Amino acid sequence: MNHDSYPDAYIRGILNTVKTIAMVGISPKENRPSYFVFKYFLERGKRMIPVNPGQTGKDILGQKVYARLADIPEPVDMVDIFRASEFVLPVVQEALALKPLPQVIWMQLQIRNDEAASLAEAAGVKVVMNRCPKIEYGRLSSEISWMGINSRTLSSKRAQNLGTGFQRMGLGQGKKEEPSGS
Amino acid sequence: MIMADAERIPGFNTLAVHAGAKPDPTTGARATPIYQTTSFVFDDVEHAASLFGLQAFGNIYTRIGNPTNAVLEERVAALEGGTAALAVASGHAAQVVVMQTLLMPGDEFIASKKLYGGSINQFNHAFKSFGWNVVWADPDDIASFEAAVSPKTKAIFIESIANPGGVITDIEAIGKIARKANVPLIVDNTLATPYLCKPIEFGADIVVHSLTKFLGGHGNSIGGIIVDAGTFNWSRDKKYPMLCEPRPEYSGIVLHETFGNFAFAIACRVLGLRDLGPALSPFNAFLISTGIETLPLRMQRHCDNALAVATWLASRPEVAWVSYPGLPSDKYHALAEKYVPKGAGAVMTVGLKGGFEAGVKLVSNVKLFSHVANIGDTKSLIIHPASTTHKQLSDAQKVQAGAGPDVVRLSIGIEDKEDIIADLELGLTAK
Repeated sequence: MNHDSYPDAYIRGILNTVKTIAMVGISPKENRPSYFVFKYFLERGKRMIPVNPGQTGKDILGQKVYARLADIPEPVDMVDIFRASEFVLPVVQEALALKPLPQVIWMQLQIRNDEAASLAEAAGVKVVMNRCPKIEYGRLSSEISWMGINSRTLSSKRAQNLGTGFQRMGLGQGKKEEPSGS
Repeated sequence: MIMADAERIPGFNTLAVHAGAKPDPTTGARATPIYQTTSFVFDDVEHAASLFGLQAFGNIYTRIGNPTNAVLEERVAALEGGTAALAVASGHAAQVVVMQTLLMPGDEFIASKKLYGGSINQFNHAFKSFGWNVVWADPDDIASFEAAVSPKTKAIFIESIANPGGVITDIEAIGKIARKANVPLIVDNTLATPYLCKPIEFGADIVVHSLTKFLGGHGNSIGGIIVDAGTFNWSRDKKYPMLCEPRPEYSGIVLHETFGNFAFAIACRVLGLRDLGPALSPFNAFLISTGIETLPLRMQRHCDNALAVATWLASRPEVAWVSYPGLPSDKYHALAEKYVPKGAGAVMTVGLKGGFEAGVKLVSNVKLFSHVANIGDTKSLIIHPASTTHKQLSDAQKVQAGAGPDVVRLSIGIEDKEDIIADLELGLTAK
């Protein structure tokens, strides 16, 4: 994968497929970007699992916080990393030790570690770096266009309402997407 | 999705028609609906809280955003090659919001001396009363921009094609000075439009427009827009507290950290537009984005007509000089070939041998040209700047801005060029 430029289909495929996301490095503070992303996907029906050793045993937005990925007692589809690039490698190694393997390792805006990415890709895990899944979801669903953001997408098909209100849009193309729970 | 899925970047004409305007998600309406509403129902209490906290994308209140305006914003952002845009009530409002986001009282910005007279007034008077101090530099002497840089400098402001004199500014050279000073370069691209010139490709960090002119194109709506290039690092020197410091207005959010390469556009919206209030009417946004669909067609005709008119005027005995960078003899022709190769725009100034009185006679005797204080209409327009748009400037400033007493400004429309020329001949030869 060329990590300088991802095809929209690759990103859409990931965001449409993953159901359980473990977020490593989430902050419990409601003004932090990690909290925004966590809340955003929780509202869109994803199962969100917070991972932060400093918050072990507490809840963030009603979800139990785990110290390490290995402590999570259920399969994880995607690991979303909110740690500086130099601290990413051990997190990825930990993710690659999970059974079953996660399908995707995602590193947030400004975060890139090519060594860790190669390791994950060699294990058959998809990797996204230096992107925010909330921004990508907003871009591909057209939600972000409400903020005057250049979504870099054109379409003669209408955007799809997620079905849980007027202002939550889905990623489906030309068909209604099923809201997946809560 | 024809764009990134197919790894294919659509052309300018396609973007002008389609960017920002997918069919309406609720009704399937293919034309962009005019969302003539002040406010939007929240899905639930939690959704409302998320929107107010900037945690979700969506609509709250038309002073902050509106789906019709958003179509216009995304379209102009796409045409300019920016990451995001914010539409506001006028070109002047765009400049207020940009500067309020960048400057604190006591700060400075450097501006080209060759600007639209209205901007010169705004910078010299209104902005000074806010404590934002303009330092003028000469676009014909690039070194004067570098000499004007001080520790208080927060931005550099230029026009791509300056109004009304037909000055082409060396955007790339001034962009290098901005980068060295680590301040953003703001380019007013009103006269060129992105069809002729994309300032971001030459180093602009922020592009502003009066949408009133060629983008809207039909002389029916006032509007302005701010385009974020996504190129500037707002956190590097900690010079821009609206972007790099926790905002008390939003429980301590740091906008640059949260919104990355479109943080400037977000800051202009959720701080500048929200708190200063110059919102654009959705009806105007509809008219302007409809106008933009034909921008490439109109702009080329404007340029082709303008070159024919300028060439004809230069041959007339009543005319002392024509300032139009499309003419091979023009001082700015080399810069025009670099920055606006498809044409040098529709606006030119003409010096009449008969001075002030000849100008008045020409303006009074034309029948097709409209005597108005505007440019960038489908109709050909004429004005005598010294007695109107530039009246408030001193005589020296008038000459400096290319608006001396002998000068007439023309904005060439998209009528048949033979009719435009015949009308000017009528005006020039009237007794």
